[in-house]
Amino acid sequence: MASYDAQTLARLEADAAQVVARYPEHPRSALLPLLHLVQSVDGYVSPAGIGFCAQTLGLSTAEVSAVATFYTQYKRHPNGTYTVGVCTNTLCAVMGGDAIWAELTEHLGIGNDETTEDGAVTLERVECNAACDYAPVIMVNWEFFDNQTPSSATALVDALRAGEPVHPTRGADRVVSFRETERVLAGFADGHANEGPGAGEPTLVGLRLAAEKRWTAPGEAGEPDGPAGARKRGAKREEA
Amino acid sequence: MTSTTTSGSAAAGTVVPEVTFIIDDVEVSVPKGTLVIRAAEQIGIQIPRFCDHPLLKPAGACRQCLVEVAMPDREGNLRPMPKPQASCTLEASPGMVVHTQRTSAVADKAQHGVMELLLINHPLDCPTCDKGGECPLQNQAMSNGRATSRFVDVKRTFAKPLAISTEILLDRERCILCQRCTRFSNEIAGDQFIDLQMRGARQQIGRFDPAVLGFDGGGELPLFVGADEDGNPLTRAEGMRTAAEAPERPVGPAALDESGHPFASYFSGNTVQICPVGALTGASYRFRSRPFDLRSTPSVAEHDSNGSAIRIDHRRGVVMRRLAGDDPVVNEEWLTDKDRFAFTWQTAPDRLATPLLRDLGEDGAPGELREASWAEALTVAAEGLAAARDGAGVGVLPGGRLTVEDAYAYAKLARTALGTNDVDHRARPHSAEEASFLGHAVAGHGIDVTFADLERSAVLLVGLEPEDEGGVIFLRLRKGVLAGRTRVFSVAPFASRGLARVSATLLPAAPGTEPEVLDAIGDASDPDLAAAAEALNGGVVLVGERLATVPGALSAVLRLARRLGARLAWVPRRAGERGSVEVGTLPGLLPGGRPVSDGAARTELAAVWGVEKLPSTPGRDLTGILTAAAAGDLRALVVGGVDPADLPDPDLALRALDRAFVVSLEVRASAVTERADVVLPVAPPAEKPGTFWTWEARPRPFAQALTSTALPDHRVLHALAGRLGTDLGLGSLTEVHTELGGLAAWSGARAEAPHVAYPEPPAPGEGQAVLATWHTLLDAGRCQDGEGFLAGTAPRPVARVSAELAARIGVGDGDPVTVSTEHGGITLPAVVTAMPDGVVWLPVASPGSAVRTTLRVDAGAVVGVAAATTDGEQA
Amino acid sequence: MATTLTPVLSKHWDAKSSWTLDAYRATGGYQALTTALATDPADLITAVKESGLRGRGGAGFPTGMKWGFLPAPDGGPRYLVVNADESEPGTCKDIPLMMATPHELLEGVIITSYAIGCHHAFIYLRGEVVHVYRRLLQAVQEAYDAGLLGQDVAGSGFQLDVTVHAGAGAYICGEETALLDSLEGRRGQPRLKPPFPAVEGLYSRPTVVNNVESIASVPSIVRYGADWFRSMGTERSTGFGLFSLSGHVQRPGQYEAPLGITLRELLDMAGGIREGHELKFWTPGGSSTPLFTAEHLDVPLDYESVGAAGSMLGTRALQIFDDSVCVVRAITRWAEFYKHESCGKCTPCREGTYWLVQVLQRIEAGKGTHEDLDTLMDVCDNILGRAFCALGDGATSTITSGLKLFREEFEAHLNGGCPFDPAAAALFEYASGSATGGAGTVGA
Ligand SMILES: Cc1cc2nc3c(=O)[nH]c(=O)nc-3n(C[C@H](O)[C@H](O)[C@H](O)COP(=O)(O)O)c2cc1C
Ligand code: SF4
Ligand code: FES
Repeated sequence: MASYDAQTLARLEADAAQVVARYPEHPRSALLPLLHLVQSVDGYVSPAGIGFCAQTLGLSTAEVSAVATFYTQYKRHPNGTYTVGVCTNTLCAVMGGDAIWAELTEHLGIGNDETTEDGAVTLERVECNAACDYAPVIMVNWEFFDNQTPSSATALVDALRAGEPVHPTRGADRVVSFRETERVLAGFADGHANEGPGAGEPTLVGLRLAAEKRWTAPGEAGEPDGPAGARKRGAKREEA
Repeated sequence: MTSTTTSGSAAAGTVVPEVTFIIDDVEVSVPKGTLVIRAAEQIGIQIPRFCDHPLLKPAGACRQCLVEVAMPDREGNLRPMPKPQASCTLEASPGMVVHTQRTSAVADKAQHGVMELLLINHPLDCPTCDKGGECPLQNQAMSNGRATSRFVDVKRTFAKPLAISTEILLDRERCILCQRCTRFSNEIAGDQFIDLQMRGARQQIGRFDPAVLGFDGGGELPLFVGADEDGNPLTRAEGMRTAAEAPERPVGPAALDESGHPFASYFSGNTVQICPVGALTGASYRFRSRPFDLRSTPSVAEHDSNGSAIRIDHRRGVVMRRLAGDDPVVNEEWLTDKDRFAFTWQTAPDRLATPLLRDLGEDGAPGELREASWAEALTVAAEGLAAARDGAGVGVLPGGRLTVEDAYAYAKLARTALGTNDVDHRARPHSAEEASFLGHAVAGHGIDVTFADLERSAVLLVGLEPEDEGGVIFLRLRKGVLAGRTRVFSVAPFASRGLARVSATLLPAAPGTEPEVLDAIGDASDPDLAAAAEALNGGVVLVGERLATVPGALSAVLRLARRLGARLAWVPRRAGERGSVEVGTLPGLLPGGRPVSDGAARTELAAVWGVEKLPSTPGRDLTGILTAAAAGDLRALVVGGVDPADLPDPDLALRALDRAFVVSLEVRASAVTERADVVLPVAPPAEKPGTFWTWEARPRPFAQALTSTALPDHRVLHALAGRLGTDLGLGSLTEVHTELGGLAAWSGARAEAPHVAYPEPPAPGEGQAVLATWHTLLDAGRCQDGEGFLAGTAPRPVARVSAELAARIGVGDGDPVTVSTEHGGITLPAVVTAMPDGVVWLPVASPGSAVRTTLRVDAGAVVGVAAATTDGEQA
Repeated sequence: MATTLTPVLSKHWDAKSSWTLDAYRATGGYQALTTALATDPADLITAVKESGLRGRGGAGFPTGMKWGFLPAPDGGPRYLVVNADESEPGTCKDIPLMMATPHELLEGVIITSYAIGCHHAFIYLRGEVVHVYRRLLQAVQEAYDAGLLGQDVAGSGFQLDVTVHAGAGAYICGEETALLDSLEGRRGQPRLKPPFPAVEGLYSRPTVVNNVESIASVPSIVRYGADWFRSMGTERSTGFGLFSLSGHVQRPGQYEAPLGITLRELLDMAGGIREGHELKFWTPGGSSTPLFTAEHLDVPLDYESVGAAGSMLGTRALQIFDDSVCVVRAITRWAEFYKHESCGKCTPCREGTYWLVQVLQRIEAGKGTHEDLDTLMDVCDNILGRAFCALGDGATSTITSGLKLFREEFEAHLNGGCPFDPAAAALFEYASGSATGGAGTVGA
């Protein structure tokens, strides 16, 4: 079982100490973030990383791999620079996710959980990612690419493979690498929080309609600070 | 509806309210907290189950035990619960109405449904499965399953069998994921060497094995492919490295064990026994027998002083396997791997079958051993012993592995036929202080501290490493600690993994400083010492046998127990020691704790034994006997099962054996045999009935498992005594028992308590350290011979060095370090350990670490320590 | 039309830099906190009880009552854990809420913590939404910097730490006890209940687990009162909620409306079903809820009415499928999801989903038999109510309801396979054949 060189180990240990400190008296809670941290260093959960987590938290390696192999975000093979996850859960699949998936596998010549030879793209089928109103959806390193089509998808992966920056629909200005993403998921902010929009169109569609129709929650009309009293207006269902 | 009774299962005196409810129209009253599945058992209703195990926490995972339940609401109206309930997780409550599969179509359908689901991915390979014939899945599929399956699709398959360790194999496709094995590892043993891996339909049991779990570069699957001639497992396994392939540096306690050995557990065999299918199997038993071909004899394990109940399964005179017996008072349903797997020593190729005699050569020098008849051998033995008895004298060394019946025969033989008190069963480091301690505080005391007490007391361990030297004691301590009723303190040089798993408070002591630490318990300036004193008031002190090597320690233990009002128990390692102390195989003790020095005691016993008088000359202890024999001051030795390598000075032992006339009673040829004049073969435990005493002083009688012509020691000694003109009166077990039973308890004074002052602890100089050492549970001991699968799970020997020492001699983890005395050196990989400065620890008798033979010193000695010069060379 | 939208949670989602503390404060954010900190904690619990707020995570358990289950303080820690795992297929409300206005959640967290006596709250976010994680981390940092978290929350002397914790991809971690195990660094497998989290939750201490939307609704209740909240919704399903329309509707998205609104009303607002098609089937509350059809357009979307009509309100995840969609394909895909996400702990769910998928895939591929349809129903029957947690139940919902509603369509598959063209269901034009819906193996 390979282990880390002294420098990497020192860095890992310092980061791990920060992660563990978030869970006073309950270090084991740090395991999920630590596995993300390992991925940020190795690009996957390496056997050495398993050993590192076990040692840091006083667990057996069996206990650590038990956790590492339970969650789908933990990779057992070196991941590409970008995970391209096509949602093929029912809704996205029907709206076109299946077609996008077929297009991408053909275009890239790889299947599920496989990586292009240049190491740029790991293709993955993902489950519903809570963006159904933007279907069909693709996640690149867990950033949203909404309302995709086969051609937008191939353009996307081509850009990724060409090393061109790609811009999520709702997310950071550009997609950072898999390892950088994993470092964020380990709980280390990367300064991109203020980039991107607050919401996409579907998120706002109800709000826009309400504004247009001047619908509000009770007692709210014309009061930017909210209702003063419970003036029942409109909202209550009228029994037929 | 709620009444109260005193429940047997609860701690004595606690009143547990009863609840009354109905199962299948039968009213049942059970203590509050009883699970429905257990309550049903009490009235003879068997609800099928897999994940349920009475000693594990409820899991509710397999869903086989579903029943239909209705509960009274606040007004008392019965309300059916919307879903069937798992009876293994449901506590009985007043007025509850339960319908099992016998009276409820819903429960029956649910159980059939679950059974069908359990079987869709099961290979149904019963004809080739070890578990076939004793398989809960097979049995319950017959009783509670559908006749046919509707599943026509693709079954899950796995490569098989995986070697989880050299000893435990896993056929994953048979596994029904009941998680008993992983729950055992977690809840009982506390060493999660296996856990659930993966998720959902691909979930499986396993250790962290990169190849099995599909990690990049994981290498080949550790598939078990059989064993070589010596029983050593052959695998295509990355995970099961040989010593030569071990990684350069230890990866830490969590990954591999500290020596870089794949992590195994001392208790792993229990997972095989509780696996309700044939998923986990033992490599040594695999494919060797079918349960219906086996005959089972309940017995008692011979490897330690815990007296664990076992079941010996044998076929046509051959032991095929051993299982844990169910004995709530002692080992519950658990066993150490040593007790379970180490039994081939009893039938090793060097087993002695006939008496042997050594004729003198033409030059008068000892010649070769030759086979002889019993008559001839006994005559020659008696002649030699008689000559010695009437001259310089005979010493008797019975060894510590005897049944009380056999030990008693040695005690009586020595005092009557041989007229001597030169008898000592302690085939290990010992001291006069210890002899006094045993006479004062152990012999004749009866059961005081019990296993159960360990579950509900503060316990101080001194000179006792609970996992390595206590096995079942460790499990009991852990059970109590997890339940929040037990608190453990340990006077030891370092906090082992075993101590960590009983959350022990370490009271650190370098070897030799134990008495000082014991006297300091209660010192208000040290929080741990203060806490120990407070907790141990009314608690328990467990003393290991190796404390004999520390001058003043046993005296300090007695002082401490008196001072704190704590109860005391002495925990020897070997199965025969406690009983032997009781029946008088110590030089100063007659049976029942009667001091040899006490005239009344001698007179009383002489009357029982029908002799005029007993020898009053104080006897020599083992070292005294060997010294005298080596010097010619004793001319003959009667030696039981003694391995010279276990003795404090093996070299002295060999010299003594060389010089004296030696009568050896042994199961297998040994270093004693090589020097014996007469060899009398005796029966191993499986071939004789007898009784061991646990460290608690609990008699553990066992029957003879195998038909055999081999004789127990007491019968051989009876015959020998006859040739010496003495009727020992111990020719049969009944005679022994009648005589032992007729011995009145000794009402006179006990031996004096020892009062040994402790010397200044040794001060190691430049390049030196103080040695700490004890046996690991699995090591190079002769009673583990022939079991390569087991040996493969032993922790690999390491030298633990304190951080200060490591820095001083410039070694880090994994670097070879040599520990030496003028007699020799031992080189092992170092593991830097939090220990008092200037301490080095070695296993006593592991491969490459034969401390007594190589170094001829014991714990507390000053030894040389240095970084090894020849890289990686291991002795 | 009887019912109108009532934007409360979503009201400021379109504000500039809505996710920042400044933006949130500019729209009145953290005013409720000031009120709360000046209120007796017990009164806050009473207010939430009186509001009738029911958990927005799917089960609809009354939130105030759940808080009231906590045992009396014993000096030891008690915890609030926010369930931000949002993974139920179709559900897409919490993620946009946290993306747009994380402080809305955080304010709820602080108020709730204060009300229940919690000094360390956790937000368990599913790991697959990195930008949301960034925003939550930043919001928490801003709150610390502004003195809204830490030793002395807003000068009240109340102490609170908040940790945002990212999961790593497992639907089961939305189940509250699995979530707790996951948060403790274990496999996310559900725990035995009892003990319930209120008694023994995180680290075996009393714990409240609530959904994001539930907690985010708390500030508005504190600010405007329980009566105000009750003035929306129905008698037993009070207040507002986010209704997430997805699928074949003209304008999918988030519609915040009083509980009790109907799909007919919502569809109206969303511009109706896709041009040229008709509604075929829909989920009222995610893929774990039995399917509805056009027959159910007027079922009021409140807990009682949806339940009475044979399904569950769940998370108000309205996935809408028009007549171009093969119901067998949809159901098979959901079954694959449950198989993929089954945690493996119990037999019925682990083995049952494994079996269901194989049978469904055979049927979809035209290799099924009539017996298979019966087997499907019976296997579902052997899972439903037999599994360890509700994931197993959920796995059967669309299958049993789908078989009841569309048995002929299943039968039509038995000889010859799927009569539908998957391309017809897609939102873009493509040549079908190159990309068939086929029986995929999701993730595996
Ligand atoms: C399989 C399964 C998945 C669930 N997923 C979620 C989820 O993603 N988010 C959520 O809030 N609740 C989820 N729940 C419900 C939670 O168990 C729990 O009821 C909820 O978090 C309580 O919060 P509430 O009372 O505020 O709704 C899930 C339940 C099950 C059985
Ligand atoms: S290996 Fe045996 S004991 Fe372990 S989970 Fe499988 S069936 Fe149960
Ligand atoms: S025996 Fe009850 S669920 Fe397994």
